[in-house]
Order: sequence, then structure tokens, then C-alpha cells
Amino acid sequence: MKLSGRALRLPPDLDTDMIIAGRYLRTRDRAVWAAHALEDLDPTLAGRLGGAVIVAGPNFGCGSSREQAAVALREAGVVAVVAPSFARIFYRNAINLGLPIAEATLDCEDGDVVEVDLEAGVVRAGDRPPVPIAPLSARMRAILGAGGLVELLKGAA
Amino acid sequence: MATLSERILGAPAGACVDRAVDRPYAHDGTGVLALQTFRTIGKPLVRPERVRLLFDHIVPANNSETATLQAELRRFARESGVPLCDVGEGICHQVMSEGGVRPGEVVIGADSHTCTLGAFGAFATGVGATDMAAIWATGETWLRVPETTNLSLAGRLGGGAEAKDLALAYVSRLGMDGATYRALEFTGEGAATLSMAGRLTCSNLAIEAGAKTGLFYADRTTCEYLAGFGVAASPQAVEDAHYAEEHEFDLGAIEPLVAVPHRVDSARPVDRVAGTAIDQVFVGTCTNGRLEDLERFASAVKGRRVKVRTVVVPASRRVLADAIRSGALEAIVEAGCTVGPPGCGPCLGMHLGVLGEGEVCLSTANRNFRNRMGVGGEVYLASVGTAAASALAGEIAPPEGAA
Repeated sequence: MKLSGRALRLPPDLDTDMIIAGRYLRTRDRAVWAAHALEDLDPTLAGRLGGAVIVAGPNFGCGSSREQAAVALREAGVVAVVAPSFARIFYRNAINLGLPIAEATLDCEDGDVVEVDLEAGVVRAGDRPPVPIAPLSARMRAILGAGGLVELLKGAA
Repeated sequence: MATLSERILGAPAGACVDRAVDRPYAHDGTGVLALQTFRTIGKPLVRPERVRLLFDHIVPANNSETATLQAELRRFARESGVPLCDVGEGICHQVMSEGGVRPGEVVIGADSHTCTLGAFGAFATGVGATDMAAIWATGETWLRVPETTNLSLAGRLGGGAEAKDLALAYVSRLGMDGATYRALEFTGEGAATLSMAGRLTCSNLAIEAGAKTGLFYADRTTCEYLAGFGVAASPQAVEDAHYAEEHEFDLGAIEPLVAVPHRVDSARPVDRVAGTAIDQVFVGTCTNGRLEDLERFASAVKGRRVKVRTVVVPASRRVLADAIRSGALEAIVEAGCTVGPPGCGPCLGMHLGVLGEGEVCLSTANRNFRNRMGVGGEVYLASVGTAAASALAGEIAPPEGAA
């Protein structure tokens, strides 16, 4: 799976309350989550997520298990999230819901074209040298390859 | 020679295992999404009698949208035979801790603070709603056996310090991602001195250091506590194990701490922030809403009057009933506090004590993220004793007994 988008840099230890605030959880309307993604960090971000590759600091998605955080980013059009490390529940949620994530330390500027090649296991910003992605386990690859955990289970009759 | 995680999951650290889930549970927040996903999967519910739904996040419902979602979950529970702990029973982790979990079990909750139940020597960890739906549909889940960070405890708490101060101390030493993908084990002679309530508080904050779970080995304290709920359990032997990292804590040197906005790993001695103006004190949650906490708070405020609005929320119906019987609740109410129904209360900023712009709350909860309890609000995290002293002073103040 090769993906590309414009880099959008975000800070370290970004918690899921910041990605989607608790006040938006009393709905199942994904459009609402997408419209308010990252609102408390910067209300203009939601409108800039379409086609973006989020390049964040360590421990992305820490805190609450709310998987609306991963859904909000995916529905807002985020292509992939690159970070040196992810909080483990967010990591599972992202894979389960088909939001591509890459564990890598990537140096880049906002707006750089970022290419994520999950098969080759590298990510690259602009014309800088490629950076390796920590390999996904076979289990994770199977879930992502099926398009998410629900699709995988539906396929396994 | 294995860590407790390796023994329970039956494989060495790093391995991926498929494991039947002994205790799967979800609450009114994650349950709604889990149900939607479960219906999309379209398979029958495996072992519905093992599954639990517990309403705690917004109880009773705060508006008709919430009420409608809760009604749907209620209907699902009735039709599928899933036991439901409805409005008023308490916080899911607390209710599960009242005899619902045994040492050595695999406990998976659709909530990040499921790690709380590691205090029983159970492998307890949180997942998202889709993983929970998959567990309903298959009865099992896959887990990567984690490496373990050992927190070796010596001595005994004193000087006004509580298990909560130890928890804030270890999260601050490890950092918010210091134990990501790992399990914590609390070992050493000091661990044995902690009450079951204190252990639950320590395990509760494991996720705030990124850990998958926070384990105590079941011992006499564990078994006696569970016997009180009619549950038979045996102690777990501590073996020499390979730890990825080890830290030592002298409980006698732990002092009352406060984590300042907006990071849980920002703990500093309460003296350093004493005098900070506050608008609200909140006592409760899956961290510090147990009987021991309410009694500690009551003994500090008994016969006195709080100077700021103070919200006290028992963690469960059982805690509430016990606090009524012990007289703790009377002292709390007469001191001027507002008592909320058992549940999460204002911890997640949805109701029952949401902060206004610029307001400051001293809370016994586990998260002080930006805007967590209300947009523009600030949250300081501390122990129950510090909460009581601060409520009485109207500003952040050290607990009774502090040096």
C-alpha cells in the first residue's frame, strides 16, 4: 500500500480528548466527528485534514480508548498518521478501522509531500532520504489488508 | 521464570496469542459503537452470560439523544441475555472489582482504565469498540504478550501520602509514554502493605504511563477482599522474571503530590502549588471513589465547612450504601459538599460539574488533559487527603499529616 499526502505536523503526546472532544461523543454521526477533529488544538485543523499525512510526535493518541478519534481522522480525509510511537489502544483502533499508521521518526516541514510505503516499510518526506517504518505484525497486516477488523471477520465465515 | 503477563497469557513477551476473554465488558459510551459494529459483523453473540454492559459515563442520561442511545443498549441486553448494570450501579471498573474478577483471568474492557483490574493479578486491558464487538462475535481476542516494567516497592506510605501519590510519582518518573506497549508489575514488600483500594488506584494510572495493564500479584489481602464478595481465590507466587526495565520506590519517601495542567506526568510536591486558587474540588472516579476514599475525605471535613464547591461521587452503589451506613456520607453532605449519583461524574466533562472558561478544579481523577472537564478549564490531580484540605482551605493545600 503506497500512500501520499501533504505533511501536517502535530505535537507529541496528543491525546484522544484533543483529537475528538468528549462533548461530540453522544452521536453516531461520523460527519460530526470529522468536522470537529482536533478542534481544541486548533479549530482550523479539521478543514485541512483532507489529503494530509499527519506527522506527529511520540505517543500519538494517548488517553481514552474512544475509537471515534481514529474514525474522525479517517473520515476527515487523513491519508495516514506517521509518529515515532502510538498509544497502544489508538494503534489497535486505527488498524481495526483501516486508518493507515506508520511508526517512524520523520523529519519534515508542513506541506512537504510525504510518501508512505507500507509494503516496502519506508516513509519519505520531499526529496529527503527514506526512513524505515517499524514493521507491522502479520496479524496487523492481515487486518489492514482486509480493510479493517469487521471486514476480516465477515470474510472468515 | 516468567512475568505475570507471560504466565497468564501462556507465551513469552513479544508473542502474539489468541485468547478467550474471561470478562469482556463495555459501558454506555463505547457500548453504543460496539453494538453498531457487532451488528455489522452479523454473527451470533458468543457466551452472552459472560459479557457485561455497565452504564457509568452519563448516568442518568443528560439529554434525549443520550437517553435514546442508552435505551437501544438496554434493549440489546434484554434481547441477547447480556447482564446489564444500569444507571446507578456505578463505574464499570469499580463494579467489576466488587467480586467480578479473579486472579489469572483475562479481562478486556472497552475503556482505557480497564487496567485498574490488574490489581487482582488478572491480565486486564482496555480496547476500542471494534475490538469489543469482535470479542462479542468470537469470544476471543488477539494480544501481544507485553514486556514488563517492574516497579519494586519498599517500605510503607506515611506523612499524609496515599496510594494516589505513589501513582502520580511513578507516572511522572516513567513519563506519559514511558511504558507504552508494556505491562507494569508492582512487586516488593511495599506492595503487600497497600490495601486493595490503594492497589486499584495504582493499577488505574498504568495507562497514564502508556502501559497495557498494571499488575499486582494476588496475595492474602487480595484473597481476603475477594472472600468478602464470596469469591474464592489463591495467591500467585512471585517468580524471578526478566524485566525490560526496573524502578525502585521507597514508599516512606513518597510525599503528597499534585499533577498540574495539562499532563499527568507533571507531579510536584503539593507545597510547590499550595495557595493556588481553585473553583471546584472533585472527589470520585475509578481512581479514588471507593469507600476508603470517601471515609478518608469525610474524616477530614467532618464538623467543618468546605470553602469551594465540592462534588463527591461514589464509585458504585455499594460504595454509596456503605458510606451511608458508616456515616461518611452524612459528614460529607453536612460539610457542604454536593453528592452525585454513582458513576464517572464530571471526570470526562459531560455533566455534573463541568468547568467554565478559566475555572480551576482540584480532582482525585486520573486525567488533566486540556479541556477534559470543560473548555478552558484547568485540572490539578491529587490525592483524597489533598482534596479535603484544599476544599476546606478554598485553595490548594497539603493534606493533614504532611511533613
